[in-house]
Amino acid sequence: MSEEKSNLIKGNTGDWEVVIGLEIHAQVSSNSKLFSGAATQFGAEPNSQVSLVDAAMPGMLPVINQYCVEQAVKTGLGLGAKINRVSVFDRKNYFYPDLPQGYQISQFKQPIVGEGEVIVDLADGTSVIVGIERLHLEQDAGKSIHDLHPKQSLVDLNRSGIALMEIVSRPDLRSSEQAGAYMRKVRTIVRYLGTCDGNMEQGSMRADVNVSVRKPGDELGTRCEMKNINSIRFIQQSIEYEARRQIEVIENGGVIEQQTRLFDSKNGETRPMRSKEEAHDYRYFPDPDLLPLALDEAWIDDLKAKLPELPDDKKARYISDFGLSPYDASVLVSERERADFFEAVASGRDAKLSANWVTGSLFAALKKEGVSIHDSKVSASDLGELIDLISDQTISGRIAKDVFELMFESGRPPREIVEEQGLTQVTDTGAIESEIDKIIAANPDKVEQVKEKPRMMGWFVGQVMQATGGKANPQVVNEILQKKLGH
Amino acid sequence: MSDLKELTELTLASARDGLRNKDFTAVELTEAHITAVEEARVLNCFVKETPDKALEMAKASDERIAKGEARDLDGLPIGMKDLFCTDGIETTAGSHILEGFVPQYESTVSQNLWNDGAVLLGKLNLDEFAMGSSNETSFFGNVINPWRRAGDDTPLVPGGSSGGSSSSVAARIALAATGTDTGGSIRQPAAFTGIVGMKPTYGRCSRWGVVAFASSLDQAGPMARTVRDVAIMLKSMASFDPKDSTSVDCAVPDYEKALTGDIKGLKIGIPKEYRVDGMPTEIEKLWQQGIEWLHAAGAKTVDVSLPHTKYALPAYYIVAPAEASSNLARYDGVKFGLREEGDDIQAMYENTRGSGFGAEVKRRVLIGTYVLSAGYYDAYYLKAQQVRTCIAENFRKVFTECDAILTPTTPSAAFGAGEKDNDPLSMYLNDVFTVTGNLAGLPGISIPSGLSSEGLPLGLQVLGKPFDEEQVLRIAGVIEDAAGFDARPQNWWSAK
Repeated sequence: MSEEKSNLIKGNTGDWEVVIGLEIHAQVSSNSKLFSGAATQFGAEPNSQVSLVDAAMPGMLPVINQYCVEQAVKTGLGLGAKINRVSVFDRKNYFYPDLPQGYQISQFKQPIVGEGEVIVDLADGTSVIVGIERLHLEQDAGKSIHDLHPKQSLVDLNRSGIALMEIVSRPDLRSSEQAGAYMRKVRTIVRYLGTCDGNMEQGSMRADVNVSVRKPGDELGTRCEMKNINSIRFIQQSIEYEARRQIEVIENGGVIEQQTRLFDSKNGETRPMRSKEEAHDYRYFPDPDLLPLALDEAWIDDLKAKLPELPDDKKARYISDFGLSPYDASVLVSERERADFFEAVASGRDAKLSANWVTGSLFAALKKEGVSIHDSKVSASDLGELIDLISDQTISGRIAKDVFELMFESGRPPREIVEEQGLTQVTDTGAIESEIDKIIAANPDKVEQVKEKPRMMGWFVGQVMQATGGKANPQVVNEILQKKLGH
Repeated sequence: MSDLKELTELTLASARDGLRNKDFTAVELTEAHITAVEEARVLNCFVKETPDKALEMAKASDERIAKGEARDLDGLPIGMKDLFCTDGIETTAGSHILEGFVPQYESTVSQNLWNDGAVLLGKLNLDEFAMGSSNETSFFGNVINPWRRAGDDTPLVPGGSSGGSSSSVAARIALAATGTDTGGSIRQPAAFTGIVGMKPTYGRCSRWGVVAFASSLDQAGPMARTVRDVAIMLKSMASFDPKDSTSVDCAVPDYEKALTGDIKGLKIGIPKEYRVDGMPTEIEKLWQQGIEWLHAAGAKTVDVSLPHTKYALPAYYIVAPAEASSNLARYDGVKFGLREEGDDIQAMYENTRGSGFGAEVKRRVLIGTYVLSAGYYDAYYLKAQQVRTCIAENFRKVFTECDAILTPTTPSAAFGAGEKDNDPLSMYLNDVFTVTGNLAGLPGISIPSGLSSEGLPLGLQVLGKPFDEEQVLRIAGVIEDAAGFDARPQNWWSAK
């Protein structure tokens, strides 16, 4: 763990360290809910995906969805965590209109996944290891809507019973930047695994953020928890604000009270949650409707064997096998689609050249247009073909940049563009030589000058390229010029 | 059949045989029972009568019987405890909070019965949410026991919580009934009304669609006038149900075939801890009589010890209310059943639950909430679960020494309505011999075996090994034959 000085926050009484832990709620990618067969599609008509179980009708009973269990175990394996052979579902009791049972089925004392760790790469090239305390399965609640009726609140139970994984980190994060990078890393891992789509704007991933401050080396301070934040930017803003607030309170002689706070994204502030139920007693007890969840070792091993290559392994392979820089490798593995795209381009080609094109021209263009790689008009095979055209000297690297621009705009294959626009590189020595002869004949003064100043050769190259519309093979041009004008 | 009245005198088995013999039709059998139900309204057995539905089902049964396609229970009119959700028919659990609730689904157990051709007479009264031992907590009024003390008109309780079930079967207005048993709610009312009632092994009958009281203890079971009838009912009610995670995938045998009458060489355990202080001598004598009947049939009895028995009742009255407090949270006025408006959501909850639940339900919700609270969980709930483990272990050990266990069903005969109103602890003592079977998940049956000095029925209980209902029924059959219990309540209730 790096304890960078830059992470410390300056206060009036000296430097402060901020200590952060995240509870990430990740919606399990599954067509049906954790304990019922109802669908889980996002954006469906309100109350159109509600089974008798989700509505907690009398006499209804939960039955565990095996697929959700599998997804949780895969996620645990992806986080390098211990899979608990036996786990128990508990009831967390509280009243709320969008909680039809009057309790949430969760896991309290015996979660399905135990301790693990995540390596988080930071922008400055360093990395931190973040401990995972546990991952447990639980039901989501429904949604209360307060602004559709003047007097009443409406309830949509479509989300009621959807499977969530709560991933609890240790308080190992020391800056908002680290927290953001950690969140991104977990999102990358679950997306690689296909266990959560990671779409934060749809609420598939959100986090409760725990923040405390202390003087470096002191005991942990009292923490405040900011609930249910659904964007990485907001997570970072809330940490910045909350750390400053706590430092100010302490430096002014105050004491931090442990509380649940709300982050208001409009003004970037946190404030105490109004609810009186701060001291909720959830009266957890094992759900008697469900047997303890017992997992077979062989089944776990089988899932482990079938896991896809994860980002850390992929990155290591790109560095060792392809000779990519750690930075390029990180950028490529940060999204599975990017890595897949890169590997399709690099297949049978020069990996470094491929990486340069993907991380350079392609990512720049995508970023400029605000398009994801998934929606890129340039396919991996077309980009590969473009690289082939450079390698076999059909076009020059400079022309290739122009061809790429056209590919990105039109989605047309590079060969078609090159042929149509007549961009094929001229390597015919005779044709180039006759152009050079013409230029030498027309510029005797320059020929004299180049004898004195060899750097003048560049002027001749430019003239040749201009005369050939940039299509002359620069290597051939150089060779002939050297022969005719060199010493 | 000349006299329709005689049809209500039949046992379930003889009615079944009569239908197949074409001695009478299912419609005739059903009409006779509908009339009997109407005439016995003073007993308050039913929350809802369904005569039209019954006749419609009976007609369909007659058609199948005519075609030679009779099913196991075709044309047999039964009552359904109003804790089982019935599709399109109001289901109340005996509570104001569910008044007017009409499920759009059918419980697995009731569906099994309809699939086998049974006819629904109506929904039977019960203690509110099955919480009670006297059927005095129902929002829909007390159920009255058809039995009376000799020379005394005092109305007696039919036991509980399956009081509508026990009373209707004893009064011969239903051939059989379903019950549920969380701490004795089938066996105790069966004993109080002179009928047979069986709680199967936990997991034998599906809980899907049964309004939950205490999920880890609730188990559905049959109530009827003979052991054979109970065996026939259980075969239809029992099934493995993937919709209930605690249902056990275990073949359902033909229980009627188990009634061989042969118990020679079996070892029956007599647990010394069941000789409780203050137990009436007539209960003691009945127990001794049972032991002698078993000896006469060639079985041996062995003294066994279940040392944690004395902790069973306290443990039960922690575990059951704890689960109930959580199970009943869904009755909040938001989705179904009663809603009493309030100024805000909190007030609406309070008004709805305040007026929707009766005193006994509130008492148990409070107890349950208390024992699960932070700071009390370890001392109460956790300790009770440890006791429960010890009790199950006691039984497991004893069942290496014997094949089944014989005890009295209850420490007394039926008592008068209102007699224990102000004494919940004495009311809870009714379950002292039955709760252990629920805590350990074992099958148990109550067989009417004699009369008290006041002329009221008394029951003996047989407890068996998990999923060994056949052995339990076989032993019960032997006791039934030996007891030759043919006493019946005098019909004082009939409107005609």
